[in-house]
Amino acid sequence: MNSIQVNGISKAYGKVQAVQDIHLDIQSGELFGLIGPDGAGKTTLFRILATLLLADAGDATVAGWDVVRDFRQIRRHLGYMPGRFSLYQDLTVEENLRFFATIFGTSIEENYDLIKDIYQQIEPFRKRRAGQLSGGMKQKLALSCALIHAPRVLFLDEPTTGVDAVSRQEFWEMLQRLKAKNITILVSTPYMDEAQLCDRIGLIRQGRILSVAPPDELTAAYPHPLFEVGAQNRYQLLQDLREYSPTRSVFPFGEFLHLSTRHPVDPMDIREFLAARQHREVVVRPTEATVEDCFMNL
Amino acid sequence: MEYVIQADQLTKKFGSFTAVNAISFSVKKGEIFGFLGANGAGKTTAMRMLTGLSQPTAGQASVAGYDVRTQPEQIKRHIGYMSQKFSLYEDLTVGENIWFFGNIYGLSRSVIKSKTEQLLQELQIGSVKKQLVASLPLGWKQRLAFALASFHNPEIVFLDEPTGGVDPITRREFWEMIYAAADRGTTIFVTTHYMDEAEYCDRVSIMVDGNIAALDTPSGLKDSFEARSMDEVFVKLARG
Amino acid sequence: MKSFFAFVRKEFYHILRDRRTLLILFGMPVVQIILFGYAVTNEFKGADIGVWDQSKDALSTELITRLEASGHFSLAYTYQSRDQVERAFQDAEIKMAVIIPADFGATYYSGRTADIQLITDGTNPNTANTLVNYASAIVQGFQREQTDNRPLPFQISVDSRMVYNPELLSVFMFVPGVMTLILMLVSAMMTSLTIAREKELGTMELLLVSPLSPMTIILGKVTPYILLSLINTVIILAVSYFVFKVPIVGSLWLLLGLSLVFILMALALGILISTRTTTQQSAMMISLIMLMMPTMLLSGFIFPIESMPVILQYLSNIIPAKYFIIMLKDVMLKGSALTFIWNEMVVLLGMTVFFLLLSWKNFSIRLGG
Repeated sequence: MNSIQVNGISKAYGKVQAVQDIHLDIQSGELFGLIGPDGAGKTTLFRILATLLLADAGDATVAGWDVVRDFRQIRRHLGYMPGRFSLYQDLTVEENLRFFATIFGTSIEENYDLIKDIYQQIEPFRKRRAGQLSGGMKQKLALSCALIHAPRVLFLDEPTTGVDAVSRQEFWEMLQRLKAKNITILVSTPYMDEAQLCDRIGLIRQGRILSVAPPDELTAAYPHPLFEVGAQNRYQLLQDLREYSPTRSVFPFGEFLHLSTRHPVDPMDIREFLAARQHREVVVRPTEATVEDCFMNL
Repeated sequence: MEYVIQADQLTKKFGSFTAVNAISFSVKKGEIFGFLGANGAGKTTAMRMLTGLSQPTAGQASVAGYDVRTQPEQIKRHIGYMSQKFSLYEDLTVGENIWFFGNIYGLSRSVIKSKTEQLLQELQIGSVKKQLVASLPLGWKQRLAFALASFHNPEIVFLDEPTGGVDPITRREFWEMIYAAADRGTTIFVTTHYMDEAEYCDRVSIMVDGNIAALDTPSGLKDSFEARSMDEVFVKLARG
Repeated sequence: MKSFFAFVRKEFYHILRDRRTLLILFGMPVVQIILFGYAVTNEFKGADIGVWDQSKDALSTELITRLEASGHFSLAYTYQSRDQVERAFQDAEIKMAVIIPADFGATYYSGRTADIQLITDGTNPNTANTLVNYASAIVQGFQREQTDNRPLPFQISVDSRMVYNPELLSVFMFVPGVMTLILMLVSAMMTSLTIAREKELGTMELLLVSPLSPMTIILGKVTPYILLSLINTVIILAVSYFVFKVPIVGSLWLLLGLSLVFILMALALGILISTRTTTQQSAMMISLIMLMMPTMLLSGFIFPIESMPVILQYLSNIIPAKYFIIMLKDVMLKGSALTFIWNEMVVLLGMTVFFLLLSWKNFSIRLGG
C-alpha cells in the first residue's frame, strides 16, 4: 500500500550517467537505506521518485502511484527532506511549520501527534528564525515540516550530513518511532555506520545499485577472512602488509588497518611477518566485516 | 619530545561570549591530531588563533616555534591549510592551480616547475594537468588540495573538515596520503565534526562549549568512556 | 485559496525582514526621483547665454536686462552674426542663444507681433527645455507689464529651436523615465531574484513536491510585488508632484491603470528570467543586461529615439518601456485620454499577454535538467 517500486530507472545529465537501471522493491512500512558516497546518484533517484525529475528510462511507483502520471497524488502524500537544509531561514520555526502545513491544506494542530516527539524539542525556540538554529535543530525542524501533512512515504536525502553525533543518534531514534506508524521511509546516507540502523540497505555507487540486503546479512556474507591489524607506525604497517603474500586488500580503518586475505591465515603468521619487519605494539585479531568493508569489496 | 603546537590557556572572547575558554594542549611533531567538536563548540575560533588569523584575548600559543600573538606572518609561511569549503579554483586547470599556489608562497619558477612534475607524478594525475579542476572526481580534488596545502613543505598542515561524503576507498586513499605526510615528519591538525574521521587520528581532543572536554588516543577515549565508537564517546560527553 | 494567502504572507515576511530588499524597494524610487529631479532643476541658476541683438533699441535692451535680472541666466557673450551663434554652440560656450530681430521695438510698437528666437543645445533636452520654458515665462511676464502700461495689445512671440534635437521633449521627462526604470527594477528584477533565491536555497524543491499548483506559486510570488510596485508608483508621483511641482494633467486612475499593465508585463519578464536561471547572481545579471540596459538606453528615456541610428530606432520598437514612457508622458503632461494612446496601449497589452503566456509555459512543474 505504501510501498515503493522502481523498475529499471535510468537518468543521464548530458554525458554523465547519474543513475542506471535501478531496480528496488521497498515494502510498506520499511526503513530502507540507500548507502553510497556523494555523486553516487542518490539525490537523482530521490528526485525522480519525488516527481521532481523525469527519468530517461524505466518506471516507478510510490505508494501505488506512478511517478509521472500520478505526480499530483504523490506530491500530496509524500514527505520530502532534500539534501540541503531547505527551509526559509528568515522565517521563524513556527512560521515555517505553519507555512508547510497550510500549503498541504492542513494545520499544525491537526497532525501535532505525529510530530510531537520531534517538535517538542525545538518548540522552546519557535519564535527564533530558522537560520539561527544549530545544525541538529534545523534538521528536526526540517523533519517536522516534512511530516506535518502526515505523509505515507518519507524521503530523507542525507538527513544527517553535517549534523553532530548526538543529533544524529536522536534522529535515527525518531526514524524508528516513525516506522512504527507504518510510514515507509527511504533514507540516504554517506555514513556506512548508519546502515546498521536500517531494515534493509541498498549500496549504490556510480549510479548503480550494487547490492540490496538487510545489513546483518550483508556483513555476514563477506567472503574473505578479515583481520584488524595495528602497530605503532601505521604508515609503515600499511606498506609492509601490501607486500605480505596472502594479502588481498589492506585499508586504513580508524585506528587500525583492515586486512583481508586470499585464504585463511593464522594471526600468528601475520604477527611473525610483522615482527620480522621490526614493528612494535603489534595487534592482530580476526574481526567481523562492517558495511564499509562490504562496500569496498564490491 | 618535540612539540610543534603548544597552547597555554588560550582564550578568545567575543564581547561577553567566551568562544574558547583557556584551552591548553600540545601537538607532537609528525602527529595526526584530531580537533573535534560540534558546530559552535569553538573549533574554528581556536584554529583561527593557531593559524594567525585571529588574536587571542588571553593566553599563549606557539605554532612551528612562532608566537601567535607577535609573529602571525611567520606562522602563515610555515603552515599549510586545506578546507573542505574552499581549496582549489574550480575554473582553473590542475596546472594553473599548482602554478598559482606555488606563486602565493613565493616559490621560484624553476622550483614550481620541478615540484609540479613531481606532484603530478606522485598523485598520478599527469594526464589531467590541462583539465579544469571542476571536472575531476571529488577524491582527486581532495588529494590535489592536500598536495597543494603542503606544496611549500610546511611543518604543519591544518585540515578543516577534509573528507565529507566521499566514497570509502577514496577516503582511505586520502588518509594514506596523510599518513605518508606524517611519516615524513609533517604534523597534521584535523578539525572535524565527523567522529568516524577521528578514529584515523593519533590523538584527538574533543571540544565542548569552548573547553577541551577530553584528550587522548581514540582507543584510550573509547576505553575510558566504555564506548564502541568515537560517535558514542562524543554522545556521552555531550550529554554529560 | 488558503494556501495562496499563506504564500503571500510568507513572501511579505521575506520582504519585510530583508533590509536590502526594503532599501531597493522604497529607498531607490525616492533617491532616484530626487537625484534626477535636482539634476534637472539645479542647472538653471545663472546659465550662460549669448545674445545676438540686431535691433539694439530700448525694448530689446530692457528685455535682455529682464532675462538677466531673473537670476536664471547670465549674459556671457554678445554676437554679431548667425555664424558666431553656431560656433558658440559647437564650442559649448553657452546653453542658450537669444536672437532678437532688427526693428524689434518698432515692430512691437506698431502692433505687429515681434518675434524673438531662442536657440538651445538639444544634446541635453531636459536642460534645453527648461531654459526655454523659463525664458518664455520671463518674456511673457515682460510683455504683460508692457501691455499693462499701454492701451494696445502688443505681442511678442517666442520661437524656440533646439539645435541637434528638434523634437521637443518635456522638462519633466525624467518622471516617466524614472518610473519606468523603478517599476522594471522592482517588478522584473526583484521577482526573478526572489524565485532564483528559492531555487538557490532548495526551497523550490519543497514547493514543487507539495500539492501547490504552479499557478499558486507564481501568483503567490508576484502578488506582493504588484502591490509594492503600485505603492512605488504612488510614491514617485507624489514626490514629483509635491517636491518638483511636476504637473499631473491627466487622469490619475488612467496613470495607475497604465502602470498596472506595465507592472504585469515586467513581472512576466521576471518570471521568464527565473525559469532560465538557478542562481540569484545570474538572475541579477540577466535582469540588468536584458531589461535595465535597454530600458535606460533604448526607451527614449535618456536618448531621444529620433536621434538614434535607424537600426536602434527599429530595435526600440520591441522595448516595452518605450510605449509605457510615451503613454505616461501623454497622460501625465499633456492630459491625454485613453482614446489618444490606444495604439501604444494595444502594443503594451499585447506584449504583456505574450510574456505572461511565455513565462507560464516555461514555468516547470519539475526541476530542470
